[in-house]
Amino acid sequence: MTTTTANDMGAPAAADEAPGFRQGNHQGAVRACDTTGLPVCLTAQLFIKLNAVLAVVFLLVGGVAALLVALTRWPSVHLLSAEWYYRTLTLHGLNMLIFWIIFMEIGILYFVGTTLLNSRLGSKALAWVSLVLMLAGALIVNATVLIGKADVLMTSYVPIQAHWAFYLGVILFAVGALVGVINFFVTLYIARRDRTYVGSVPLVVFGATAAAIIATVTLLHGAVVMIPTFTWAVGWTDQPDAAWYRLVWWGLGHQSQQINVCAMVSVWYLMGTLTTGSKPLNQAVCRGAFVLYILFINLASAHHLLVDPGVSAGWKIWNTSYAMYLAVAASMIHGFTVPASVEVAMRRKGFNKGLFGWLFAAPWGNPGFSAFFFSLVIFGFLGGITGVTLGTQQINIIAHNTLRIPGHFHTTVVGGTSLAFMGLAYYVVPLVFQKEYPAKALARIQPFIFAAGITIMAVAMSLAGSAGVPRRHWDIEFTGAQFSAGFDASAHLMMGFVGIGGTVAFTGLLIFLLLTVWAVFLGRSNAGKPMEQWAANAATVIQREHLTDHDEHKTPGTMVLVLLLLASFAVYYFANWKALADAWHVR
Amino acid sequence: MGRRKHPFQSLMDNPWLLLALGIAVPFLSYTAWGWFELYRLPLATLP
Repeated sequence: MTTTTANDMGAPAAADEAPGFRQGNHQGAVRACDTTGLPVCLTAQLFIKLNAVLAVVFLLVGGVAALLVALTRWPSVHLLSAEWYYRTLTLHGLNMLIFWIIFMEIGILYFVGTTLLNSRLGSKALAWVSLVLMLAGALIVNATVLIGKADVLMTSYVPIQAHWAFYLGVILFAVGALVGVINFFVTLYIARRDRTYVGSVPLVVFGATAAAIIATVTLLHGAVVMIPTFTWAVGWTDQPDAAWYRLVWWGLGHQSQQINVCAMVSVWYLMGTLTTGSKPLNQAVCRGAFVLYILFINLASAHHLLVDPGVSAGWKIWNTSYAMYLAVAASMIHGFTVPASVEVAMRRKGFNKGLFGWLFAAPWGNPGFSAFFFSLVIFGFLGGITGVTLGTQQINIIAHNTLRIPGHFHTTVVGGTSLAFMGLAYYVVPLVFQKEYPAKALARIQPFIFAAGITIMAVAMSLAGSAGVPRRHWDIEFTGAQFSAGFDASAHLMMGFVGIGGTVAFTGLLIFLLLTVWAVFLGRSNAGKPMEQWAANAATVIQREHLTDHDEHKTPGTMVLVLLLLASFAVYYFANWKALADAWHVR
Repeated sequence: MGRRKHPFQSLMDNPWLLLALGIAVPFLSYTAWGWFELYRLPLATLP
């Protein structure tokens, strides 16, 4: 890995000053990274470590629950009883979608706000408050679910009622996360006040700021919906209106996944730089795409209410189509600029053979790269295409509450965000914890195993959902019921693949967890020297003479990938309209 | 002498304005509008 500066991650030139960094404001509590040379605030480092460790702990809880759920939905295994299935599914959703992801995101905010801006952390006290509240909230929620007092699934739709401790736990976690986000904004403020950087913030910091803004909206919705639900569960107030609850809850539930999208895209840019030396192609375009996220991506929450009778067609169509497509455009921009920047970086090193010579020569033996690039492909090709299609109001009527919906979000949140964060961990542990990963050969194949498993599972979910298999349901056989749902053999086959894919993905997850825990607690220290390179291949060799200036921004390989994406989308989208026409004859 | 900053660049360099817009747009378009529609719904009468 070549020496990296924060400017490599996208700090543009200031109007009247050379871009770069001035004296930091660390007041002594800082070290220089032995690999990148970047400043690491020691206070921030402590909280990055704590948040990352807790994230991995809750990932383990959610991962074990994922395996149990997958083995129950596999009809020939059907592992858990109905009671424990719904309990485990509640546990899985909350730990994977909320606790693992948001602990990791708070760690990322602290990292980019301090290291990339050469600033101290805004407030150590706020960081402790945030961590304690988030941990207490997560523990209370998990304990309440495990003792059987909150079998309400992640959505906890009223009038289904959990024990009041469940809602209290969610509130504590949300408030703690909000305090962490506020601490990031404080860090931004003092870095700007102390002029620790010149010009605009680096692109990765800008993306993290977008994630923090989205997180603010999300957590405010969480407070608005959970406080009256908590007082209702205690018995102090009446039950909140069910339609109102669904509206505001999805301002928490779906928007929290948009924090993931923003953080994941920021991680893509960061990992592109760390693994291939890529730089953003165009600052204004990339930042403009993040602005589109800030303004419009949260409207996607309306997808969940597309069959709700209380809100009008105008509200649904505006929020899920016209306005939302601006956020989709932003994803398409990132989906082009991220691989294109890698292509430019690789071609600059001399890998110019054919359309995809740069891609074949990429450092696939580096789990940071493979995790990041698989995340990009799975999110774009599977998550993006299914998301836009399912979010179309007319098509949604044949997909709502089927297994197609989890099929979609397992490609965005798991194949996209979680895999990208795993790739990030392969750098966070050596650079921040200053510990080397053991069994590097195993680490190198881990992203391949996880990506393959989650792709098999998600595609199988989508196909089973297309056959009408419902989401969340314990038993598609309806064992003991007076009737049969009548799913055909192909649906059962797909449910088998859900189980197989889930097991393979869990294997990949387990490898990641074991290696990371081993590295953090028992790993060899690399303090005082650069981290060991993940992939010592030719991709790290600069051969700039092979490239003329004229070629610098030619990205024919990425253009072909983009056209392939658009063609795949067109086929899938129109196939769904055909399926709608077949299901609903209009004469 | 410095170049004049483009207005869009000024917006992108102002996290506080972005924060305000990032809260206002989804609140008005999703939450307030949806809430208003639910508020206007007549109560169902029982058969």
